Amino acid sequence: MLHALTALLLCQLVGEAATRSLSLPLPGPVLGLVLMLALLVSFPRFAALMRPVAQGILAHLSLLFVPAGVGVVGHLATLGGQTMALMLAVVGSTVLSIAAGAVTFAAVARLTGARDD
Amino acid sequence: MTEFAEIWSYLSQGPLLWLTATLAAYALGDACFRAAGRNPLANPVLISVVVLAALLWLTGTTYATYFAGAQFVHFLLGPATVALALPLYDSLPQLRRALLPVLAALIVGSLTAALSALAIAHAFGVSPEVLAALAAKSATAPVAIGIAERMGGSPTLTAMLVILTGVTGAVVATPVLNALRLKDWRARGFAVGVTSHGIGTARAFQVHPTAGAFAGLGMALNAIATALIAPFALSLFQ
Repeated sequence: MLHALTALLLCQLVGEAATRSLSLPLPGPVLGLVLMLALLVSFPRFAALMRPVAQGILAHLSLLFVPAGVGVVGHLATLGGQTMALMLAVVGSTVLSIAAGAVTFAAVARLTGARDD
Repeated sequence: MTEFAEIWSYLSQGPLLWLTATLAAYALGDACFRAAGRNPLANPVLISVVVLAALLWLTGTTYATYFAGAQFVHFLLGPATVALALPLYDSLPQLRRALLPVLAALIVGSLTAALSALAIAHAFGVSPEVLAALAAKSATAPVAIGIAERMGGSPTLTAMLVILTGVTGAVVATPVLNALRLKDWRARGFAVGVTSHGIGTARAFQVHPTAGAFAGLGMALNAIATALIAPFALSLFQ
């Protein structure tokens, strides 16, 4: 628990420091994710140490959206006339991107013979 | 009554009250979600946000006071992003077997999500600061917020658009994919994960385990892809 939590924070810290100092276009935690993945691939036994803490945090991933979501309520008034346009953009792009992604996957899988097994 | 006022003024100074309220409101939202048979419309985040907003309004509490307590939950977004490495690591064998379809669907899905959202919003005259919050909305919340902040978008507005995208995807995925007559569970799950992150992934796991695993893979990969694609897509509309 202690070591896994330290490892998570350490990856994030290195990610933040690297993206700031090298002014990379990635957010620090995303670089931390890549770093953590590299550690897991290099040391497969590390996964057993990380699993309980990672699953604990990810099981309630949507809880972490709540504080930022509450701030939205104050924002709604400032959106005004843009609300409908944003709704259309969200619904339209979601339908298009699910359809485009799934059709592309199925087509490329058929072409390359990457069978489902 | 004066006693209550004294206790209230003491509690409302510290972070404990609103941190507890955030967890309690989420527990309530989650209970409603389970009671509604995990219907994606009864989203626990939407329910808890509405409950908390009503509480803040009733007690005349500012968002800054609320956030002094809720920041401890908000902080965990960073470590949670790093923790996504574990499900990604677990699906590496499946990824190796379907590398080309995965990469093609990731690029096409992520580009379509950002470009079509920006094009529709731009056509309706949405302002540039709001577009910056819209570009990353298909990435999982911690990542989308991080990307939007870097591009000058509001983190709270981004959170709302991310949640709306997740709920929309969870609701429309099955009808859209059935209409396209796609039967490959990997393709169906992966596209939902790329588009609708964690909320879509939770939905995909309810439908089929293979769809769920590929949705988790899509969510994790799009967290990385969006960081590169969203600033590029946004630059086309500025």
